[in-house]
Amino acid sequence: MMRHLISAADLTRDEAVLILDTAEEMARVADRPIKKLPALRGRTVCNLFFEDSTRTRISFEAAEKRLSADVINFAAKGSSVSKGESLKDTAQTLEAMGVDAVVIRHGASGAPYRLANSGWIDAPVINAGDGTHQHPTQALLDAFTMRRRLVGRDAGIGQDLAGRRITIVGDVLHSRVARSNVDLLHTLGAEVTLVAPPTLVPVGVETWPCEVSYDLDSTLTKSDAVMMLRVQRERMNAAFFPTEREYSRRYGLDGERMAKMPEHAIVMHPGPMVRGMEITAEVADSDRCTVIEQVANGVSIRMAVLYLLLGGNESDAPTTRTEEK
Amino acid sequence: MSKTLIRGAKVLGGEAQDVLIDGDTIAQTGTGLSDEGAQVIEAEGQILLPGLVDLHTHLREPGREDSETVLTGTRAAASGGYTAVFAMANTFPVADTAGVVEQVYRLGKESGYCDVQPIGAVTVGLEGKKLAELGAMHESAAGVTVFSDDGKCVDDAVMMRRALEYVKAFGGVVAQHAQEPRLTEGAQMNEGVVSAELGLGGWPAVAEESIIARDVLLAEHVGSRVHICHLSTAGSVEIVRWAKSRGIDVTAEVTPHHLLLTDELVRSYNPVYKVNPPLRTERDVMALREALADGTIDIVATDHAPHPHEDKDCEWAAAAMGMVGLETALSVVQQTMVETGLLDWAGVADRMSFKPAQIGQAKGHGRPVSAGEPANLTLVDPAYRGEVDPAGFASRSRNTPYEGRELPGRVTHTFLRGRATLVDGKLA
Repeated sequence: MMRHLISAADLTRDEAVLILDTAEEMARVADRPIKKLPALRGRTVCNLFFEDSTRTRISFEAAEKRLSADVINFAAKGSSVSKGESLKDTAQTLEAMGVDAVVIRHGASGAPYRLANSGWIDAPVINAGDGTHQHPTQALLDAFTMRRRLVGRDAGIGQDLAGRRITIVGDVLHSRVARSNVDLLHTLGAEVTLVAPPTLVPVGVETWPCEVSYDLDSTLTKSDAVMMLRVQRERMNAAFFPTEREYSRRYGLDGERMAKMPEHAIVMHPGPMVRGMEITAEVADSDRCTVIEQVANGVSIRMAVLYLLLGGNESDAPTTRTEEK
Repeated sequence: MSKTLIRGAKVLGGEAQDVLIDGDTIAQTGTGLSDEGAQVIEAEGQILLPGLVDLHTHLREPGREDSETVLTGTRAAASGGYTAVFAMANTFPVADTAGVVEQVYRLGKESGYCDVQPIGAVTVGLEGKKLAELGAMHESAAGVTVFSDDGKCVDDAVMMRRALEYVKAFGGVVAQHAQEPRLTEGAQMNEGVVSAELGLGGWPAVAEESIIARDVLLAEHVGSRVHICHLSTAGSVEIVRWAKSRGIDVTAEVTPHHLLLTDELVRSYNPVYKVNPPLRTERDVMALREALADGTIDIVATDHAPHPHEDKDCEWAAAAMGMVGLETALSVVQQTMVETGLLDWAGVADRMSFKPAQIGQAKGHGRPVSAGEPANLTLVDPAYRGEVDPAGFASRSRNTPYEGRELPGRVTHTFLRGRATLVDGKLA
């Protein structure tokens, strides 16, 4: 297993499948009366959040606590960072306090990579989202959700997503979720199509292991999963598209469009959703939409990543399945 | 008067000759010159060049003496074989008045390591709103002839037109930092395959090329000459080539780092590779080398941009743009242009001394290595191979992209009007 988790592109197929399989085991913990494992007892994990993100921070915190780690939450606002302290000094300060792993969310692309590779600290670094670069645990939880829904909870163990057709729709240009998903889904054997107005696709996308389409309707019929990305309203003011309504008409997912999808196909969203913009309430609240499952799966995935990176004691491993059954 | 005999150096890479310096002048060149009364430098196998001239240096003084001063910057220049540097105007305060350019000029005189010719800002505070007093800077003791808002683009077309026209009165030249500001908002690196993957804001080639295209047409329209700073893309080369073929009076510079490095290096997120204009692609690098060889690009200029350690020891987005270059420029040019066969040493002398001195009207610099000329000379050992060690830099800053990289060649001696500023690779 690797030392850090910085980019979904760094994972091999087998590493990714191992994380998904481990997450399945972690998920069983959530079904227990006491949702806790002793795996990271006595280990300290710091959630270093330079960017506001309640969801991701809480998800990591839940995962850490379920593994019995001691948790330190560090939010940049109101901290020494707002007084001009550098990332390096902040990280070294935390490490001096005996932190065993750092979960970092940062607005600057590459900040987790710098933290992991500059010799500033020794602790493993987990990227919880950096700028418009990567968000690997999001991609893992998305893949986990797809595998459960499209392959099956038990049938999926040891399996990848070979041949599954995944469509990702929306603001690809500014999306770390899209980048991470393209990398991981490709590694897992899926066929990815990005759909967006040309203004929201990065120059240079041609080398990505995926297809690009500007037409949503034609791809829906050929999709096993459709992932809608959040489109921030402020993009409108930067001339990425003319109006919110035009965006919705051309790239939003409503009931009518959802009906064109194959019967088994699911709708995904990394959240937070902008209802009425990229997704209608009808779709968001339908059975085919996995938004809530994705949130639950996020905790399992983050438990798996922390467990595997921090190498929890074998004896503390999740109890064998046979015993549970 | 002291005499120095440089014995057996290949002048401009040609035949081995002896060069006798007497006082501040080259007294004699030839073979078998008498060493009577002269200090002798055995220079067999070495290349003797006219002292290098850098049209684009950031000396940071006044205002950012934590990164460089005129003294430390000129010491770095002497180490790199330079005898004259043009100091960019983006200091604090900005060099937009006669007072500031005279201060920089005076500091250069006091340093004694190389001549410092201040560049004046085109607009007040580099803000692009109001012309600075260009005439006053020209008439000052500093005698400014090159004007630039470098760091910022004179993006207003009317302002650029007026500046181009106005400096004709005293033979000045505007050096444009070509960067369309709207197209580069939030830009962090070259826009392309690598920026798409890394999720860093893109700096598209068209932001440079569109300004160059506009400015060569403006220069043609008003009959002025224009100089393009740090040209970095293959497309820019094509535009300048076209402009020259039309007879437009345009000159252009390329930095050493744009001749060697590509945006692939940004994958490390190491801010030593963060620079403006950004590192481009392999294709651009090759086009720039070819253009420097065929004369489309006239000169090499360092864009020496010192920054304190903390401004680079951080995440990419927070880091300052720029790299030091004075002490590695000639080695990079040797590697990218000489050892590739694109340029001989006479060509190097042309691109790094004769032409920049001509564009900037640096008196006494960029002169032939012949009797009666001022003894501004640079002696290079081209056989040297060594790793770049920033700890040995004379510059106050260490932000080099070449740390640990093996580069060829080493400047062993630099003479400023006959006085050795660098002896055996050590500052005198």
